[in-house]
Amino acid sequence: MNIKTKQAILASEITDPLIFKERRKIIKAMMATLVASTGIASSLADTDNSIWSGLPKGEFSNDSLMPTPAEIVKNYTNYYEFTFNKKDATKLAQSLPTDPWSVEISGEVETPGNYYLEDILRQQTLQEYIYRFRCVEAWSMVVPWIGFSLGSLLKKAKPLSTANFVKFTSVYRPEVMPNQLNKKMLDWPYVEGLRMDEAMHPLTILAVGMYGDTMPKQNGAPLRLVVPWKYGFKNIKAIVKIELLKRPPTTTWNKFAPKEYGFYANINPAVAHPRWSQSSERQLGSGLFTPRRETEIFNGYGEQVASLYRNMDLRHFF
Amino acid sequence: MLFRLNTLWSWLIIAGFLPLVWLILNTAFDNLGGNPIQALHIRLGDWSLRFLYLTLAITPLQKVTQWRGMADYRQMLGLYAFFYATLHLLVYVVVDHGLMWRVIGIDIVESSYIWFGILAYSIIFGLALTSSKWAKKRMGKNWKKFHRFIYIAAIAAIIHYFWQLKGNLAEPLFYSLIIFLLLGFRVLVWLKNRKFSQLMIPGSQKVLLAAEKKAVVSSKSNKLNVK
Repeated sequence: MNIKTKQAILASEITDPLIFKERRKIIKAMMATLVASTGIASSLADTDNSIWSGLPKGEFSNDSLMPTPAEIVKNYTNYYEFTFNKKDATKLAQSLPTDPWSVEISGEVETPGNYYLEDILRQQTLQEYIYRFRCVEAWSMVVPWIGFSLGSLLKKAKPLSTANFVKFTSVYRPEVMPNQLNKKMLDWPYVEGLRMDEAMHPLTILAVGMYGDTMPKQNGAPLRLVVPWKYGFKNIKAIVKIELLKRPPTTTWNKFAPKEYGFYANINPAVAHPRWSQSSERQLGSGLFTPRRETEIFNGYGEQVASLYRNMDLRHFF
Repeated sequence: MLFRLNTLWSWLIIAGFLPLVWLILNTAFDNLGGNPIQALHIRLGDWSLRFLYLTLAITPLQKVTQWRGMADYRQMLGLYAFFYATLHLLVYVVVDHGLMWRVIGIDIVESSYIWFGILAYSIIFGLALTSSKWAKKRMGKNWKKFHRFIYIAAIAAIIHYFWQLKGNLAEPLFYSLIIFLLLGFRVLVWLKNRKFSQLMIPGSQKVLLAAEKKAVVSSKSNKLNVK
């Protein structure tokens, strides 16, 4: 199949950052005057005193993308271990203990081991990555993630030449995760996977924060995968294990409905889900009268990743 | 005058608009969550389905309570189902897609769950058009036959609901249970009527016919036995 690459972001879509900043200032000023008298101004505290402001930008971070309002991203998450309801996930996920946290790196590597997250972070350079995020349910957001390159972490463990795939496993804590406890719907714990070249790609990151702050629990704290050209369900949350394998791992959604959710799950408007179209998406935070956005192949990252799938039938390997 | 004549009627008319008022308030105050358009889709669809079920509940209620004269309420509830289904469709076409017909076209062709929505809506549209007393008179016997399509609309609407979900089926299962009960009631009544109609033949022919029936039945059962 011929893969057309497009420019990452259409020029017409880019909001001039200056205008954008000005607009926010104006809105903030208006909000401040509105609420000053009611005494809830403190809740509108600026994010300038966040813990990670002014980080360097990742290689493919796109500054011209306008991030989705943080409140939406924090209150609209699929976290099926807790609930099937996006809104309730925010509250329920707070019961997950995330400190201390360790990650096992094993399989086809020279130096397997179990590492505390803070030790991993000490060896990595944190950067900000403003990426598009597109769910298989046909909604999308723009998130300023904070994280580091997955490839750089894997290199530290010295992958063997036999390592062809990477398997990620989420935390298994049935005592705080009701749907794990009741064995509901999916096979727990949640498992996802990437091909080795996808994992080593500079676009692929492990995120520990967003919007200048640490990762909220409902968004996958303390460590989650971000692969911006793949559907949201590939972006596994609360990772406790990273294994390098010879053979492709069985992934959770693929196992649940193999005809609907493939291993690759590359964002592609030309390949519909068996029950619904993927040709367009609803951008969260875009307002009631903004029409849907037409979905781009590889979520607009075709220039960077299309070559990974050269000579592959993307209809077959969906 | 209508208000004086029948207060229940006027209260029901007002009640039918309450979900819409509630939804408008929620939209105005930005209370619909992170994906407000999807929330509009779901809420309008839910209300259409609920009114459709209330419409279907009238006949069983009439049968059980022996309370006649509920057909007018049935018409009103059905029109509300049509009203909310129309808003549901308008939100899809105008708000969600901004009348981008090409995108809508692709979406419909590729999304099988929408096909069932279209089927359900087409039926409800036809039923709403022919819901007046005038139409009822003009169509005569065909009216009842035509309006039985509501059963297909109800089933199509449930499939439309089921088919777009990723996996959590609790809510549509609840709706399916209700539709099962509502349609199940009619099947029971139909079966019962069939039995009664066999016994309700008047006069001297009765005995004769009964005897014939017995013969038919016995010959049938014989056949069954042979098999």
